[in-house]
Amino acid sequence: METLLEILGELHPEIDFETHKSLIDDKILDSFDIVTIIAEVNDRYGVAIPAHEITPENFNSASALYELIQRLMDED
Amino acid sequence: MDRQINILEYLDNIVKICPEKTAYANETDELSFKTVYDNARAIGTFLHNEGRYKEPIVVFMRKHPDTIVAFLGVVYGGCYYVPIDNEMPRHRIELIFQDLKPRSVICDETTIDSIKSFDYDGAVYSYNEITKTPVNQAALDEIRDKAIDTDPIYIVFTSGSTGRPKGVVANHRSVIDYIETLSEVLQVSGDTVFGNQTPLYVDACLKEIYPTLKFGAKTYIIPKELFMFPIKLVEFLNKYKINTICWVVPALTLISGLGALDKVVPQYLHTIAFGSEVFPIKQFNMWRKALPNARFINLYGPTEATGMSCYYVVDREFALDESIPIGRPFKNTEILLLTEDNRLAQKGEQGEICIRGTSLTMGYYNDFERTNEVFVQNPLNTMYPELIYRTGDIGKINERGELVFVSRKDYQIKHMGHRIELGEIEMVMNQMDGIQSAACIFDNDKKKIIMYYVGNVSKADAVNYCKEKLPRYMVPNLVEKLDVMPLTSNGKINRLALKEMYANR
Repeated sequence: METLLEILGELHPEIDFETHKSLIDDKILDSFDIVTIIAEVNDRYGVAIPAHEITPENFNSASALYELIQRLMDED
Repeated sequence: MDRQINILEYLDNIVKICPEKTAYANETDELSFKTVYDNARAIGTFLHNEGRYKEPIVVFMRKHPDTIVAFLGVVYGGCYYVPIDNEMPRHRIELIFQDLKPRSVICDETTIDSIKSFDYDGAVYSYNEITKTPVNQAALDEIRDKAIDTDPIYIVFTSGSTGRPKGVVANHRSVIDYIETLSEVLQVSGDTVFGNQTPLYVDACLKEIYPTLKFGAKTYIIPKELFMFPIKLVEFLNKYKINTICWVVPALTLISGLGALDKVVPQYLHTIAFGSEVFPIKQFNMWRKALPNARFINLYGPTEATGMSCYYVVDREFALDESIPIGRPFKNTEILLLTEDNRLAQKGEQGEICIRGTSLTMGYYNDFERTNEVFVQNPLNTMYPELIYRTGDIGKINERGELVFVSRKDYQIKHMGHRIELGEIEMVMNQMDGIQSAACIFDNDKKKIIMYYVGNVSKADAVNYCKEKLPRYMVPNLVEKLDVMPLTSNGKINRLALKEMYANR
């Protein structure tokens, strides 16, 4: 989780990602951020997020995104 | 047939034919041609009542069908629209206001508060209020009667190399010329359903706005947020049966590059026009495989010649080391390929792409100096005044007689005694498996080539690949991996940002 918070924190230092639950709905993240997150998650966790998992629900909070990463790692 | 002299004749005509049909829509709102017509004329009347005439009117609204109505309303009032958007950096908007010194800004409820934070003391009009103005048809008729086809319609601002944006002024004549010939190439009809991607503050959105009026077609404004979620984006295209798109290449590679085409196919799409950047063939082939029967059209052109000037309808397979031609000029446009000594380039020889024809815009607003640098006398004509626009792009004619884009003039560098096209290095890199996008800049002081790339490839592998594929003098001296390639508002790779990144590293 810490690695993920680090990735997100670099993009938006002003946001508290541990508590914020509506990153997409509140337009915190834009398409630049999403592509960055996908690339960073691939680099740091070694998991590729497939197209059908790139959804607002999975990116709306750090915890949702972390669950997704865990799930993808378990599937490997 | 009456000769068309005003862009609004498209709307005046179509509203008689299909008033109730939807013209512009998004997920929640639909505007019929009748609504567009009535609201635009209300705005025109309002501006007339306020004494606004033949002057720039800033339209500061979100990306929404109403914004298009505001554009048309400004033209009904005999003025010209200048679109700006909350997405633009604040500093850029400030520079635009300094250049323009506008007396009026039209806002919607999403911008009416932020306009107060700018150093602007002119009138602020609320879209929802001014569309309630009772239409004064006699006044609008008088405005139309006095209008001529070299009156401006809009000013859009493009990035200048110095950092100060340039306001390109386009008139009725050049836009009509463009819409007529573009519609033919795209084969627009009343059945066309456009999916608009580009922001409404760039000239790219002309492709949807005006053919929709000419043919009674339909345009969906796709929410910007969807360009984060490739599957949802394709589902949007399917839900609204979108069949024609004119997108920047990065929007298309977002879908193909993240693997969305393996899961879901845009089943109604039959016409895919693209531009702004070279389409990496690997990505392009994914699209062609997914939509084997669709027409793919490469468009090329500068804002200074009203949008697009050349087109190529893809009619063959391309190898990974080829690039898709930009083809041939639109009807009523001529391309001159001029060498450095101002003669026409021979077949295969490189020259600067210069444009002549009605599609030329009027130049840059409040900037005769920069206008005169690029809107120049045709050097092949020494007998009478005739302007051409020098694009600064280098092209050549291939063995098939097609025009091919080579690179920007400023990307042609001298390095270790060789003339190098940075674009050629980029093309080679884009062929490598795992590379999504590559861009090079040149450090003129230290004589170093710097390459930035995005992709699932290590720096070492990228360098080795370059060494394998390129002559020694073309191998980048410094390679940096990025998560995302910075883009300009026109969807082009932002090389200025790369240079800044390099300078600040």
